[in-house]
Amino acid sequence: MADTIILHEFVEKLKVENPSWISDVKEAHGEVTAIVPRESIVDVCWVLKTKHGFDMLADLNGADRGPEEDPRFEVVYHLFSTKHFNRLRLKVLLSEDEPNVPTVETVWKTANWHERETFDMFGVIFDGHPDLRRILLPSDFDGHALRKDYPLRGYEPYSLT
Amino acid sequence: MSVAAENIPSQFEVLDQSLESQMTLSMGPQHPSTHGVLRLELQLDGEMVIKAVPDIGYLHTGMEKLFEYKKYQQGIVITDRMDYLNPLGNNLAYVMAAEKLLDLEIPDRAQVIRVMFCELQRIASHLVWLGTHALDIGAMSVFFYCFRQREKILNLIEAASGGRMTPSYFRIGGLMIDLPAGFERRIRQFLDDFPAAMEMFETLVTGNTLFQSRTQGIGIITAEEAIDWGLTGPCLRGSGVDLDLRRDNPYSGYETYDFEVPVEPDGDVWARFRVRMREFYESFKIVVQAVERLKPGPIKADAPKIVLPDRDDMRKHMDSLIHHFLIVAEGFNIPEGEVYMPIEGSKGELGVYMKSDGGPKPNRVHVRGPSFINLSALPVMSEGEMIADVVAIIGSLDIVLGEIDR
Repeated sequence: MADTIILHEFVEKLKVENPSWISDVKEAHGEVTAIVPRESIVDVCWVLKTKHGFDMLADLNGADRGPEEDPRFEVVYHLFSTKHFNRLRLKVLLSEDEPNVPTVETVWKTANWHERETFDMFGVIFDGHPDLRRILLPSDFDGHALRKDYPLRGYEPYSLT
Repeated sequence: MSVAAENIPSQFEVLDQSLESQMTLSMGPQHPSTHGVLRLELQLDGEMVIKAVPDIGYLHTGMEKLFEYKKYQQGIVITDRMDYLNPLGNNLAYVMAAEKLLDLEIPDRAQVIRVMFCELQRIASHLVWLGTHALDIGAMSVFFYCFRQREKILNLIEAASGGRMTPSYFRIGGLMIDLPAGFERRIRQFLDDFPAAMEMFETLVTGNTLFQSRTQGIGIITAEEAIDWGLTGPCLRGSGVDLDLRRDNPYSGYETYDFEVPVEPDGDVWARFRVRMREFYESFKIVVQAVERLKPGPIKADAPKIVLPDRDDMRKHMDSLIHHFLIVAEGFNIPEGEVYMPIEGSKGELGVYMKSDGGPKPNRVHVRGPSFINLSALPVMSEGEMIADVVAIIGSLDIVLGEIDR
């Protein structure tokens, strides 16, 4: 597809700026995914926002590959541009022992609630987040519900009392 | 004069001084103008909002977890329950994500019917918004007129799918069933009646000076802030950003329809109101074009292992019966991969992130609900406003808690 050529150009520009920013690039179904090391995600987002027009964070979510996998967690960033209407996906891989990633709340304000939701559901910790509390589940909830090893019906019936 | 009376300041001094102690007010979750079970923690100085903290999760039903335990075709039913005012939009985003993973070609007739129903649903969703928004501000009768029109759309959806609020009409690879006999006559009747209703709404609400003074200059968010907070849909277009995914990331053949994208520059409640009012006409235009394009043809993709066969075929062909049994009993496998499918829902960008591990059930489904993101910008809009205006601002965001909490 013609669209993905433009997306690859954005990734190439990032690589020129700093080769360590992109560890892998994948393309499927007309979408380009760039795997970014955890420590450089804020820099990559900042450069994409300020220099390449990706001014909106369309979505941020987590995924669990399963307890036996390493790295276990994925944090997926869907970037969108309101100027040239392209979409780029960034991905950070995290291990179970250290599920920490710097927050991108400083780049886009909208990341605030997305990151809270991801923390709530997967237990991924966003370092530097101003208000990292549970958002959908009650504050005394035990465990992280969207992890693969969390049973569908929970560990025990939840009681409000 | 007693000593105590000397210490009481005169009337005007009390009004001019700000209160030393602020007051915290919990608004909701049962407050009718929060449109469901939203709770707002408001810090007030008199009637002015200093800080607003939305508290959500009262309607959390674990849908994203449930997707992982259901087959792909069973997930469509769950999507109906998310944004229950725009169920067909949810169906479309979900099935299109699966179709993108499968690289399925959808026949023309199915695409046209999808577009037609999505726009009808958008009108229905906006009608609920208009009715409740006006009700929040104090205009009661608009609500009844809006629901009367919405009832006609729900009847059309019921005629096609059998369900009014939970249609599950779009299926992976096409539609559940073809339109019933006489449907075109019914939809044309609705289209003939609707412009008169729109004219009534404009007279009832738009020309109302009370409504105007309650909405103009209230809850302002600038274009830069709106993009930074990830606002989409009418809320973003109300801040002067010209963005509509139907035009800018076209899907389902929207690029072949003739419609305009309404944009208002002011960024206040009134601007968001005007955008949605103008969207009624644009959606109406698209429905008219789609009805003109309805031509006989297949409504399901040519993929016997994915799309359920017709009942008639099952009685005549052995292989149709086998496919039916396998799809229902075991489901179908989707090749490994991940996609993000954004569509322009009635409230903004409705995105479905779907990740498959090659089996009959998704590995992960995430829904980017536009209401969730739009609500997160509520503190920006409401801080510094009066408490009565917060009600107007919530109404202008058009939130649905079923989608926020999922």
